[in-house]
Amino acid sequence: MLPVLLVLSVVEIGSGLVLGEYETTLLTSPSLLVLVPVTIGTAGNLGSVLAARLSTAFHLGLLEFSPTDDRLAGNALATAALSLTVFPLVGVGAWGATEVTVGARLAPTTVVAVSTLSGAILGVLAIAVTITTAYAAYRLGADPDDVVLPVVTNACDVLGVLVLIGTVLLIT
Amino acid sequence: MPFPMSIGSVAREAYREGLPALVTSVVGGLFAGVVLGGMRGELEAVNGLLVLVPALLATRGNVYGSLGARLATGLHQGLIEPRVDWADERLRGAVGAALGNGVLVSVFAATVAWTVLTLGNANPASLTTLAAIAMTAGLLSGIALTVAVVTVVFAGYRRGLNPDTLVGPIVTTTGDVFGIAFLLLATRFVLGVT
Repeated sequence: MLPVLLVLSVVEIGSGLVLGEYETTLLTSPSLLVLVPVTIGTAGNLGSVLAARLSTAFHLGLLEFSPTDDRLAGNALATAALSLTVFPLVGVGAWGATEVTVGARLAPTTVVAVSTLSGAILGVLAIAVTITTAYAAYRLGADPDDVVLPVVTNACDVLGVLVLIGTVLLIT
Repeated sequence: MPFPMSIGSVAREAYREGLPALVTSVVGGLFAGVVLGGMRGELEAVNGLLVLVPALLATRGNVYGSLGARLATGLHQGLIEPRVDWADERLRGAVGAALGNGVLVSVFAATVAWTVLTLGNANPASLTTLAAIAMTAGLLSGIALTVAVVTVVFAGYRRGLNPDTLVGPIVTTTGDVFGIAFLLLATRFVLGVT
């Protein structure tokens, strides 16, 4: 367990360095700083919910790793729909919470645009990462429960930071 | 269960089952974000602290998610009783290992961040400051998370809920909230002492 934790923390420091690079931007617009933990967390959760469902379906023998598998496609579709539902709310919540506490510098539409676009990209990435990892675990004969969840959550954490910063640079 | 299920019905079921946990974790994540947004002063005072944030949050999730999974498996196998008994070696071992790993990995992350920032001439705060903050935050949030995970998993199990489905949402939500809140407390404490 410990070696895995150490490796994962080094990977996470990588995404921390990206945050550090844009620290000035984040500190001058607190609503963007508020978006950081919730974007990372939600991206990780989208992936982990999908991973857990695929893993259970696979253990029950209900799932085939094929592009025509309805269960695979249906779960991927649900993940995309969940990200498109939740991330606009994340933006509204982040702007509102910032305005009430320290005062928002950015317009609510900008914050919602950043979170919605980040969410749409992260939804697609979460699906791709989860299905790839689950398929790799299956091919290597590993129990998807052990491997897929930590890989997916940490990969989505890192992607969450990268996509959020990329979207901020694009929109603001 | 009708079989084969159509893509639409699979998607609707997965959406309905996934939404509550996701919305709960969004509320927790927003709370964590508000605390982070309110600690701009500390982030400016301790150069390198922001770099640590993703690693510290992920460590909480990884370590205490694994603790929850171990407890859930132990309960399913009948190896652990669903009540808090510190004479129980399995419970003590699992909790001790989680706390130890949590603190160790936090201090390790602080050391890696400090080394990279120093090599990149980014002029971070001293290694002692960053490591002391990471250690204090790791210990305090670890204790809070242990209490939350053990309580909810045991109480849920006694009420007939599947502990496996409880662990994920609890750890992600409380991990973000406690992770950031205790990071703020630890930073104020260490800045006050030094």
